[in-house]
Amino acid sequence: MISVTHYLVVSAILFVLGVAGIFINRKNLIVILMAIELILLAVNLNLVAFSAALHDLVGQIFAMFVLTVAAGEAAIGLAILVIYFRGRGTISVDDVNRMKG
Amino acid sequence: MIQLIAFYLFAAVVIASATMTILSRNPVHSVLWLILAFFNAAGLMVLAGAEFIAMLLVIVYVGAVAVLFLFVVMMLDIDFTELRAGVVRYAAVGIALALALAAEIVFAVGAWQAGGIELGRRIAPVDDKVPNIEAIGNLLYTKYLFVFEGAGLVLLVAMIGAIVLTHRNRSDVHKQNINRQINRRQKDATRNMQPKVGQGVEL
Repeated sequence: MISVTHYLVVSAILFVLGVAGIFINRKNLIVILMAIELILLAVNLNLVAFSAALHDLVGQIFAMFVLTVAAGEAAIGLAILVIYFRGRGTISVDDVNRMKG
Repeated sequence: MIQLIAFYLFAAVVIASATMTILSRNPVHSVLWLILAFFNAAGLMVLAGAEFIAMLLVIVYVGAVAVLFLFVVMMLDIDFTELRAGVVRYAAVGIALALALAAEIVFAVGAWQAGGIELGRRIAPVDDKVPNIEAIGNLLYTKYLFVFEGAGLVLLVAMIGAIVLTHRNRSDVHKQNINRQINRRQKDATRNMQPKVGQGVEL
């Protein structure tokens, strides 16, 4: 039978894949944003799994809020990406040094 | 039994498509793999009995976010071969970090399996007689109303921010100036003249 552990393993693998994606695709900001979406998906999966396991609905409510923030983050991130590409002609993370930070 | 098969199917496809998302050479393919991952994660959530979140995932992620990604990927004129240049250099540190993270998670789950911490009482116990969507609605519009409105505010700010960031005034295109059009009066536009015969009009 499927237990909450199965869900936790799947979402842990998904989370780790997202983190690895951020490091592997250093040249491509779009795929980094997608990796962040994967991480948030893993978090959502975790929340839903615990909600089902503990018979508590709050997990699903919070999964919804995570979804909201993820959507806003994707919109803002892509907007910044578009104006960055318009100004510099590249989306490589290594080239982001205009503010000398 | 069918649940078990469905779970393993969805889980395998989620992990495989997530792997392809971060590894594929073409960002367009990455987006398509991401869509597949979202669909199968929605399947996993349906299996867990959270059909509302699953539908939301399909509608919001696949319908809006993934299409947004697809638009941006296709709108930007990117040299795809150049993007893969640093993969080998960063792969080692990335994989090492990912493995460390995975070990930590396994350790945490192991510790949780060993005994589990009693995390207080249930805040909103699930009633099996009430459908999932109805239960979420009851909770969302009463106890979490302000958080819900805060989420709406976040979306509003994100929308305004995205518009403000990407909007630009282009000088090379002729645009309609509605203010000027409305303020134009007849006396500014026409002149009444009575020219002498044979002399014509000087404008």
